[in-house]
Amino acid sequence: MAELAGIPIHIEQPEAEPQQFGNALPILNEIRHALARFAERAEPTRIDLAAIPFGPGDEARLMALLGRGEVEATIDALGPTRVWETRFPGVWVLDYANVEGERIALQIEIDEVPQMLRTQRADITDSLAALDAALASATAADPAAESRH
Amino acid sequence: MATSKTLGESLRQHGVSRRGFLKFCAATASMMALPPSMAPAIAQALEKARRPSVIWLSFQECTGCTESLTRSFSPTVENLIFDVISLDYHHTLQAAAGDAAEHAREQAMNTNAGEYLVVVDGSLPGPNANPGYSTIAGISNYDMLMDTIDGAAAVVAVGTCAAFGGLPKADPNPTGAVSVQDLVKDKPVINVSGCPPVPMVITGVLAQFLTFGTLPELDEYGRPRAFFGQSIHDRCYRRPFYDKGKFAESFDDEGAKAGWCLYRLGCKGPMTYNACATMKWNGGASWPVEAGYPCLGCSEPDFWDAGGFYKALSVPTGSPGDVLLTAGAVGAAVGVGAGLMSRNQGKQAVKHHDKVTADQLEEKL
Repeated sequence: MAELAGIPIHIEQPEAEPQQFGNALPILNEIRHALARFAERAEPTRIDLAAIPFGPGDEARLMALLGRGEVEATIDALGPTRVWETRFPGVWVLDYANVEGERIALQIEIDEVPQMLRTQRADITDSLAALDAALASATAADPAAESRH
Repeated sequence: MATSKTLGESLRQHGVSRRGFLKFCAATASMMALPPSMAPAIAQALEKARRPSVIWLSFQECTGCTESLTRSFSPTVENLIFDVISLDYHHTLQAAAGDAAEHAREQAMNTNAGEYLVVVDGSLPGPNANPGYSTIAGISNYDMLMDTIDGAAAVVAVGTCAAFGGLPKADPNPTGAVSVQDLVKDKPVINVSGCPPVPMVITGVLAQFLTFGTLPELDEYGRPRAFFGQSIHDRCYRRPFYDKGKFAESFDDEGAKAGWCLYRLGCKGPMTYNACATMKWNGGASWPVEAGYPCLGCSEPDFWDAGGFYKALSVPTGSPGDVLLTAGAVGAAVGVGAGLMSRNQGKQAVKHHDKVTADQLEEKL
């Protein structure tokens, strides 16, 4: 029987640079146009990367080109959504994952603040009611509260 | 049964915040191949949407379509949607059996008359075929379909078998199989073809009905344009290689390793309309072409009889299918030019490797 070392196994080394299929630069151009629109007319844009025919390495190339900026946030709703500003201010990446951490959508948003990070109007109304309720119950439970009025 | 609770209420009861809902809508827009700017409109429509009753009929099928749906990366948007539609009858997924199962179907039909959706996977023996080839609870597939669609709002044919006849209808079609659209003439039929279809496409079509209460725009084969509007070839990340005339000539040559175009290995991408190239499979992990395998054209009519899976489109198929011949001829015209360009590269590829070629593989099969 052959020794383990005698079995000719050829292991190919992973390439140093990820393979590129040239599908990243057109998106970068699209982002550039969207950014110009935002600069001129304050018109926000969202680009859904699921609709883009990316090959292996294309997404990594795009993300490397966009880089990371100063802001990073995680939204915990139906699983984590990671949001970060790229090294080009106003260009944001939104990486949506489900509760198991698997990606369900990947979007680029060109805006001052991504829609997802803003507090919604309806939530502010609910929030006011919730705060009032919390204040009322805290006041009722606090014997010293009466004297402070 | 369908409940009167709206989707918005249902989600909030499950502890989903408005941000969570917005995220759900962003993912739904992506799933329905709508522009991301549609997310607020979807949110508004979904807030008011009511859970529709869905009756799922499985006829001459392999359960691959249900597998595709349920083995998608769960729990995710699909599950959310399935929490919020009312799936009242599904052989494989329902707990009830025998009479109880059939009663569930009848009850769903009576309670939601005129409003329920019928989803069909699998072809069925036509009205002139022996009904004994496929029955459920002693009812022939034909009778069950006709009875069930009577009060339906619309019919969704899921998978190539239901949409076009698929494998059961392949030559010599021993069971006299026909597709749903061959039989259903007085109700809207939406074909979601594929063997199996991309899970997100199945749920995307259901989501669209749920969201807007309307049927999607369809192509000439009754497929939703949002998902079947562009060819695999046009959306393929390997397209730049096709344009440069760089082709893999065998499954293990240098071209294959470098990720060149699989056209000459039989890729049916140029004549196949589906969403695989962008939505991909297994949670967006990959898809056949990315795995180095040519597209089989499984979402097109009569793809089983379209000649060899490993024969380039430019090779005459001898198939009786008019559609495929026409598509093949167009592919051939395009392919000849590109093929000539790549002849030298082909010779080089052969020099590197001559172990297994597509033709040899075909012979072995």
